[in-house]
Amino acid sequence: MPQVLFYLFSVLAVLSACLMVIVKNPVSSALWMVGAFVGMAALFVGLNAYFVGIIQILVYAGAIMVLFVFIIMLLDLKAEEKRVWKPANIAAGAVVPTILLLQILGVLLKSDFEPFQELDLKTAATAHQQASLDLYQEKAKKAGEEFDPADVPVGKIQANLEDNQLPDVHLVGRTVFAGRADKAASQSFGFDDTSNNLPLQVMGVLLVVATIGVVVLSKKGSPAKSN
Amino acid sequence: MNPVSLSEYLMVSGILFAIGLAGVIVRRNIIVIFMCLEMMLAAANLTLVAFSRHNLSTFDGLPDYNGQVLVFFIITVAAAEVAVGLAIIVALYRARQTVNVDDLTSMRG
Repeated sequence: MPQVLFYLFSVLAVLSACLMVIVKNPVSSALWMVGAFVGMAALFVGLNAYFVGIIQILVYAGAIMVLFVFIIMLLDLKAEEKRVWKPANIAAGAVVPTILLLQILGVLLKSDFEPFQELDLKTAATAHQQASLDLYQEKAKKAGEEFDPADVPVGKIQANLEDNQLPDVHLVGRTVFAGRADKAASQSFGFDDTSNNLPLQVMGVLLVVATIGVVVLSKKGSPAKSN
Repeated sequence: MNPVSLSEYLMVSGILFAIGLAGVIVRRNIIVIFMCLEMMLAAANLTLVAFSRHNLSTFDGLPDYNGQVLVFFIITVAAAEVAVGLAIIVALYRARQTVNVDDLTSMRG
């Protein structure tokens, strides 16, 4: 990511976040929150994480912001604007994050990270080709068949990499559903399954529980109201 | 190629987290506190994506996509959390007619 764009979007994100905390009207806060999330999504795209960047905009700047604004409108919070902040709160809110930031700065100044390396998509294509060749060879050996390298199909990831495109979504999907492409590395972890299938299913259960929870909470005569 | 170093991404992430933390401490409106919590979660995501891009896989030289999958899960959890949290806030408002945390002191011992 060019330096100019990095600083542009970082400043956008940080300024929007500051304004989100400072402005008194909750609706303005929600809109500045969108600015911060859009700036962060741009940083994700600059880190070659296109899928995560798009999801960030769709979920945070789209769905979550609408939910916040909807609740603020529903509760009609205009009267809350006149409140003044207590000096003790402002002092605590300035000191604690400053200490945190100084600590992060101290660690980062001492750290010595290598610079970001450019992605070499051609080499990656070769690696994926070799991995699928090995996989099919092993399959043919198990089935007792003749192995012919010409029969090995060219996968979507490999084809995109050869076209010098980063198949971001496919790679994320492969990491979720299939795990790592290189069997040797996955065996070095001590287990074969490096996929994220189980966490994905846990996530599904979590969403169901959250849905049921929201329905129960917003039902008329809920426990919150009867007390 | 990328002249911006990992430290700068981590610093931006830290700044955003600190702003979120400051908001949680300073603000008294529970909905804005909730927004600041979301900001802190998103700042953690930035760290994960930056490390995923920095630690390239030894197998194919592409980013480590396990980090991005974790970001995907965090976004899912954040969405579920917002839905439940806002439902709780609405229930709280119906019971007490306020969203100011200074007025919600019945849990205080």
